Amino acid sequence: MITTIAGGAPAVVTAAGDVPSVVQSVDWLAIAPPVITAVAALFCLVADLFVAEKHKRLLGAGAIVGLLAAIITLVPLRDGERETFCLTTDPATCSYTADHFTLAIQLLVLGGALLTALLSLHGERGKPPVGEYWFLLLSSAAGAALLPAARDLATLVVALEVASLPAFALVGMRRGDRFSSEAALKFFLSSVTATAVTLLGVSFVYATTGTLHLTRIASELGEVPGQLDTLAKTGVALTLIGFAFKTAAVPFHFWVPETYVGAPLPIAAFLSVVGKAVGFSGLILVTVIAFPGYADVWGPAIAVLAALTMTAGNVAALRQSATRRWSAVRLLAWSSVAQAGYILVPIAAAAYSSDDQIGATVSYALMYAVVNLGAFAVVVLVARTKPLNRISDYRGLYAKSPLTALTMGFFLLCLAGLPPGIIGLFAKVVVFSSAVDAGLGWLAVVMGVNVVIALYYYLKWTAILFKAPAGAPAASGETTEASEAAPRPAHGRVPVAVTAAIALAAVLGVVLSGYPQLVLRFAAADLF
Amino acid sequence: MIDISESVMQFLLAFIVVGPLLGAAAALLPAPPGLRGKNPDQAVLRHGVTVTGVILAAAIALVIGFDHDQPSNMQATTDISWIPALDVRIHLGVDGISLPLLVLTALLTFLCALYSYYKMPAGPSPKAFVALLLFLESGTLATFAVLDLVLFFLAFEMVLIPMYFLIARWGGEARRPAAWKFILYTLLGSVIMLLGLLLIGLQAGTFDMVALATDNGRALTASTQLIAVLAIGIGLAVKTPMWPLHSWLPDAHTAAPTVGSVLLAGVMLKMGTYGFVRIVLPIAPDGMRTFAPYLAAFAVVGIIYGSLACLALAKKGASGDLKRLIAYSSVGHMGFVLLGIATMTPTGVNGALFANVAHGLITGLLFFLVGALKDRYGTADLDTLAGATGAALYGRAPRLGALLAFAAVASLGLPGLAGFWGEMLALFGAFDPAPGLNRPAFLTFMAIGGFGTLLTAAYLLIVVRRVCMGVPRPKDQETRAIADVQTYELATWSPLVALTVLAGLWPAVLLGLTDPAVQKLLAGGKS
Repeated sequence: MITTIAGGAPAVVTAAGDVPSVVQSVDWLAIAPPVITAVAALFCLVADLFVAEKHKRLLGAGAIVGLLAAIITLVPLRDGERETFCLTTDPATCSYTADHFTLAIQLLVLGGALLTALLSLHGERGKPPVGEYWFLLLSSAAGAALLPAARDLATLVVALEVASLPAFALVGMRRGDRFSSEAALKFFLSSVTATAVTLLGVSFVYATTGTLHLTRIASELGEVPGQLDTLAKTGVALTLIGFAFKTAAVPFHFWVPETYVGAPLPIAAFLSVVGKAVGFSGLILVTVIAFPGYADVWGPAIAVLAALTMTAGNVAALRQSATRRWSAVRLLAWSSVAQAGYILVPIAAAAYSSDDQIGATVSYALMYAVVNLGAFAVVVLVARTKPLNRISDYRGLYAKSPLTALTMGFFLLCLAGLPPGIIGLFAKVVVFSSAVDAGLGWLAVVMGVNVVIALYYYLKWTAILFKAPAGAPAASGETTEASEAAPRPAHGRVPVAVTAAIALAAVLGVVLSGYPQLVLRFAAADLF
Repeated sequence: MIDISESVMQFLLAFIVVGPLLGAAAALLPAPPGLRGKNPDQAVLRHGVTVTGVILAAAIALVIGFDHDQPSNMQATTDISWIPALDVRIHLGVDGISLPLLVLTALLTFLCALYSYYKMPAGPSPKAFVALLLFLESGTLATFAVLDLVLFFLAFEMVLIPMYFLIARWGGEARRPAAWKFILYTLLGSVIMLLGLLLIGLQAGTFDMVALATDNGRALTASTQLIAVLAIGIGLAVKTPMWPLHSWLPDAHTAAPTVGSVLLAGVMLKMGTYGFVRIVLPIAPDGMRTFAPYLAAFAVVGIIYGSLACLALAKKGASGDLKRLIAYSSVGHMGFVLLGIATMTPTGVNGALFANVAHGLITGLLFFLVGALKDRYGTADLDTLAGATGAALYGRAPRLGALLAFAAVASLGLPGLAGFWGEMLALFGAFDPAPGLNRPAFLTFMAIGGFGTLLTAAYLLIVVRRVCMGVPRPKDQETRAIADVQTYELATWSPLVALTVLAGLWPAVLLGLTDPAVQKLLAGGKS
């Protein structure tokens, strides 16, 4: 945590109590969620050295317990009124705030990490170095949990890097796999470039405003001297780029499919949910809290970005051939790009409308996290027997395991936003209504067209699930390329943890469909 | 008629909407002991018949308990908060406009389930078929029962997925492209409709249809009304379908299995016109007034276009598919409904609602009959059916032939049958449209529409002549005997025939329900 004394006034510590101390007070409960996660990460790393090979699986259990503990600490914070690391000179300016926005994103991040951990428990056993794997996963989660709480640019950038750096290593975890290391390198190089650009932007903003605290930047930016105006605008634009990259917004999206395909499946799931959460929550913080005065700059930019992102993602997803290798992951990767576009819409709307639109983003992201992780969980399950991971491998899933197929169909229809995926539909309604409310009619229409395009590939996949298996006398006349490798018998039973992850996501999805208020409440509330 | 307590009525309506949903879930589970039947397929089909039968019984009970003295009042209302964040409430209720459509839906779905029990369409397991059928029923009934804009949209979307699978899995030739065309077209329309609904909801501050209808558009600015009517109108017009947005319909009907076609034409098209009456007319009357002449123009083009397309298909040598022909005739019939709505007068709107129900009964019957023909001959191609002289159904299967002739004559609007009143009232409404609408234009539309009835009569009579009449081929040339109407077919079709005659001879039974409600809707709750 950076304990900056912005403003630079040298505080003199005297014996008398009326002069503020330089040491900022720490509210340990408020920072518990990221701290517990970080401690659990270190614990896994150290314990790995002392645990015998056959007990290594206990490390995973340790990681899950740590994440659960972190999630539980969110409960006493639910009032959303805590702040800490406040300036000793100005108690109203704090670096860490646990408001409702922070808590919602932390819930998303930690819950996403928990599901990822469940998916990883029975991964390719023994192959990746276990201790490091859990350490990296939890570190990344800790960074992602810290980010939404950060209220100064330095903490924000540090959190962004804490979340990203372990992710590069995680993507490269599949040892001996050429794709994996290539993907990691690609991810690393493009991400680092984006971070460098962000840092440049941050330094410009600091140069013009003289402060790193978001709320102060907001007030200072209004009084930037004329000759520094260009510098300030450039700073604002450059800062946004780094976060747009994390969100995988066009034109910073090219790394996504390669990286998802190269990464171990649970990590791809993690990136698609937690990685994106890092990006858009950072974007929200800098736009809505730090740069509200420049709404006329970033508002149209994000609106265009959103339109391009969803269109590019959907068109690319549409072009995925069902019989190509790893087409299932590729499709989910491109669909996640498209979904990022929807997530950006309310942020753009926030620039145009005085009403609080950010809640729509949070609601949508929570819905997306649940169903996308669920879909990835089913992909992990199917990939155990069909390592090529093509969409055509899903043919006849209903005949083999009806429940898995039904849940997968449910997740896909939630992503598409059609009943029976009611929560997906309402999340989209919230996003639409934020666009309409802000007068962004054109963006709403673009999104509408995109929803239709997206339905095509989601429904196509859903239809494949329920087809008669290849080989069986199909009632339909359609011929799909018979899988070249006869399905190998599944090695052993389906792991309990994966089943638990699918069940958890499915139950959450169904409960939310029956009672959408659980996530939509954020859409109606002032989160900050 | 009979005084049923309000809470029972509330339960009945909620049960009608939710019951099929529970039934759909139950259909996927294995049958409990004692209900296993001869085999799992038979058991699940019977389950479908039972559930739809119970829903129909509940709908009839609702009719009995409905206060027929005050059909303009919302009855059996439930109003509970569901999603406070979006201000979405589970608001259910029926009045004289929605009650006939609810009963029609429950009846047609029951008949479809009954028909499938004896004649399951070729395709994968009946389990999924029954589940989808029930899911579809729930969505359709919900559309007619909900009184909240967002909920209406939800119900509107609910029918897409089951109908897609019904066409794509149990359909005939070229079912896959047809199913895609159906779902993508309709979804694009309904997403645009959602934007209009949201615009209304956000501007007026409520999504409640009753409150909005009472307000009669006073809380909305003129430009909001214009945009909203355009957006909602496009979504509903795709569903109805209005020319030129109809092109998904013939393909979907041709490819769909018999019960799919019956439900598509019988109830799902009505969701579009119902939306016009329930949402567009009362909530944004100023916007509607601007667009009404255009709507009427498109409607009469649809009437003429549908009839001409049918004439072309019925011609000798055109190898026209009978199902496609009836689909095009639906475009024409729905044109009359839209014309009636566009007049914005009680006469026209009553006519539209009447034509709605009549079209559901008659076209449902026609699709059943053509489906039966297709099962017997293996094709619905008119040229193959008719051969050189005609299919001679009168000679070979007299009762089937007579029923087909009856349905065709009802469809062309013979006085004394259900098809007549709706179209007459719609044209009558166009003769004297609401104040503020261009009367000469509507007079022209009326004349064109009247000409359309002539064309309709022409093609239907050609169909009757080619299918029912002709020289019976000598016995030795017969490939196989054509079975006449079976008992189960008679059981499924006779309710439709009876209701067609009843509505034709005693139109007051329907108009008495709709008229007060229409008067109130158009007046904006002032009366």
